[in-house]
Amino acid sequence: MATKRTIEVELSTSGLTRDGKPQRVPLVTGGDTGVALAEPPSLELDGEHMLINIGPQHPATHGVLRLVLELDGETVVRCIPHVGYLHCGFEKIGEYRQYNQIIPWTDREDYLNSIGNNVAFALGAERLFGIEITERCKVLRVIAMELSRIASHLVWLGTTCIDIGAFTPFLWSFQERENIYNLLEGWVGARLTTSATRVGGMAADIPDKWLEGLRGFVSTFPKTIYEVDRMLTKNAIWVGRTIGLGVMSPDEALNYGLSGPMLRASGVAYDVRKDFPYLDYETYDFDVPVGTNGDVYDRFLVRVEELRQSVRILEQCIKRLPDGPVNVDDPRVILPPKHKATSEMESMIHHFKNVMEGPRPPVGECYVAVESPKGEKGYYFVSDGTSKPARWRIRPPSFVNLSAIPKMVEGHLLSDVIAINASIDIVMGEIDR
Amino acid sequence: MGLTSIPHSASPENASSGPEIISIEPKGGDGWVTTRLDFLVNWGRSNSLWPMPFGTACCAIEFMATAASKFDLARFGMERMSFSPRQADVLICAGRVPFKLAPIIRRIWQQMPQPKWAISMGACASTGGMFDNYAVVQGIDTIIPVDVYVPGCPPRPEGLIYGIMMLQKKIMTERMSNKSIRDEMEPDPSSKLYIPASRIDEISEPFGNSVHQTRSAP
Repeated sequence: MATKRTIEVELSTSGLTRDGKPQRVPLVTGGDTGVALAEPPSLELDGEHMLINIGPQHPATHGVLRLVLELDGETVVRCIPHVGYLHCGFEKIGEYRQYNQIIPWTDREDYLNSIGNNVAFALGAERLFGIEITERCKVLRVIAMELSRIASHLVWLGTTCIDIGAFTPFLWSFQERENIYNLLEGWVGARLTTSATRVGGMAADIPDKWLEGLRGFVSTFPKTIYEVDRMLTKNAIWVGRTIGLGVMSPDEALNYGLSGPMLRASGVAYDVRKDFPYLDYETYDFDVPVGTNGDVYDRFLVRVEELRQSVRILEQCIKRLPDGPVNVDDPRVILPPKHKATSEMESMIHHFKNVMEGPRPPVGECYVAVESPKGEKGYYFVSDGTSKPARWRIRPPSFVNLSAIPKMVEGHLLSDVIAINASIDIVMGEIDR
Repeated sequence: MGLTSIPHSASPENASSGPEIISIEPKGGDGWVTTRLDFLVNWGRSNSLWPMPFGTACCAIEFMATAASKFDLARFGMERMSFSPRQADVLICAGRVPFKLAPIIRRIWQQMPQPKWAISMGACASTGGMFDNYAVVQGIDTIIPVDVYVPGCPPRPEGLIYGIMMLQKKIMTERMSNKSIRDEMEPDPSSKLYIPASRIDEISEPFGNSVHQTRSAP
C-alpha cells in the first residue's frame, strides 16, 4: 500500500537461531525492502464474484452489525453494511417521558459510555431550560466523562485485540474496567447503567473518600497503558495486521462526516472539547492526539494517547474539585430536601409539581454536542413547552463513522475487514437506537 | 486409588431418587467404577458447557466482564466461547432482541445440536424490560424455550454466574429415560406475542428486509 514508514519492531520472531532462541529482525513495512503487506492480488484470475455474509451474529462485528461482502477471490469488491437489527425506538420513547425520565435510556444507547451520555443529555436539557450548573457539578461531570472515555476505549482495545488475535490485552483492559466499575458503583450505585445525572445536577454527590479511590486509579492506570503500549505498538503481528489498512485521507474523512479518533487519526485536529468547549474544558490542560496516515494503526495510537490525556484531565480534576453544592438552587427542576418537603408548604408544592408533572422548559429547540469516545455525540431537543420533549434526536457518532466502511474495506482482503471494522469502534446500541 | 466415593452436588430435592455416588474399589491392580449413567452423563455435561454468547447490547458487556479475569467463567468449565452455534451447548441471550433480530436468534437456536439449553440474561431478553414499544420482542421465551432467566439491567457478573450454577443444577436432575425433556417446547400459542415457527422461517429467508420483518409484530 501507499504508506512508507519504518517501524522498529521488537517482537519480530521470524524463526529460531541455532541456539533455539527466537531470532529478532527489524521489519520494514510498506517499503520496497520490507515485507509486503496487504497487497491486493492481481485481478488476472477473473472468476465469479462471491457474496459473503458476516453477522448479525458474529463476534467480530461488535454487536449485531451485518456486512454483505462481494468478494473477488479474497479481495473485497463491494461492502454493504446493514443496520437496524437493534432498533429499539429510543427517540420515540423519549417523546413519552419527562426529561429526567429519559436519562435511563441514555445509559443503554451507547452502553460503553453510559455516564458520558448521561452528562451529554443533562447538558442539552440544561441549555434548553436555561440553567447554569454549579462549579462542583462541572468538575464532577468532567470526572464522569473522562472515566467513561477510559472505560469505552478499554472495551475497544480488548475487543479489537481479540479480533486481531491477541487475548491478553483483553484481560488487562477488563481488569482496569473493574476498577472503574468499582468507582462508579461507589458513586451512583451501578456498574454499567449509571443514570448518574439529573437536569440541574447529579443524582448524588461523591461519597467520602471517593477521591482517594480515584487517585489510586489515576496512579496505577498509566502502568496498564504502558504495558499495552509495550505489548502492541511495536509488535510485528499487530503492526502487520493494522498498518496501511482502511486509509482515510483528511479530505475524505471530513467529507464522510467522521468525528472522534477516526477523524483525528486522519490528521484533522477536531475535538469538540477544544473547538466548542463545554464544562470548562478550555481551562484544562490536555492535548489532542492527531495521526498522520489515517489507517487502523494510527487509530490505535490515537486512542492509546487519549487514554493518557484522560488521565491527565482526571489528575487536574482531583486538584481543582471545589466544595459547595452539586445541584442548582432552582426549585423548578431540583427536588427540595426531604425535611423541607414535609415541613414547608412551598417546598411541598415544588416537590409535587416536580414529581407529578416534571420540569417544563420554555418553547424552543437546542442541539448540544459533546466529545464522546466515538466522536461527536449530539442531542437535539424540540420543546413545545410541555414537560416532555416534542422530539428528541440522537446524533450517533458511530453511525456516521460506520458509513465510511464501504470506502475503507474496498480493495482489502477479507481478513482485513475485521480489523478495519474493529477500528471504527462501533456500538450498535447507538447506531440503531 | 484413595478415593472411595465422591458425593455429587446435585440439588438436595433430588436426594430421594437414590444414592448417587461414584464408588471406586481397588481390587488387585485393577480398579472398577460404578455409578448411574444418568449421573455420569449429567456430571460431564454440566461441567463442560460451551456457551454461545448471543450478545446484542449492554448485557454483552457484562457477559464479557464475566468471562474476563476477575470473574473467570473458566472456573465453571465455560471458558470455551463457541461463537458458532453448531458447536455450542448453552445459548446465552445477553441483551434486547428487537423483532428484526427475532428470526436470527430462532435460527441460531435451531442450528444448535441437542442437548442444548438457553439462558435469558437481563430484563430485556426476559421480558422486554424497559423497551415496551413497537420494536422489541417482549421476552425471548416467545421465540425459543428458556431454561434460566437472570434478572437485572444488566445483571451483575455474580448474577449471571448464579444463573449458570442454577442451570448446572437443572442439568444434574435430567434423566435419559425421560424422552420429552429434549422435545422442543413451542411457546404458548395463546400468547399475544406468539409467532408461528413457519412465520419466523419465512421472514428470515434468505436476506429478509425490515419491511417483511415488521409484519411479525403483533
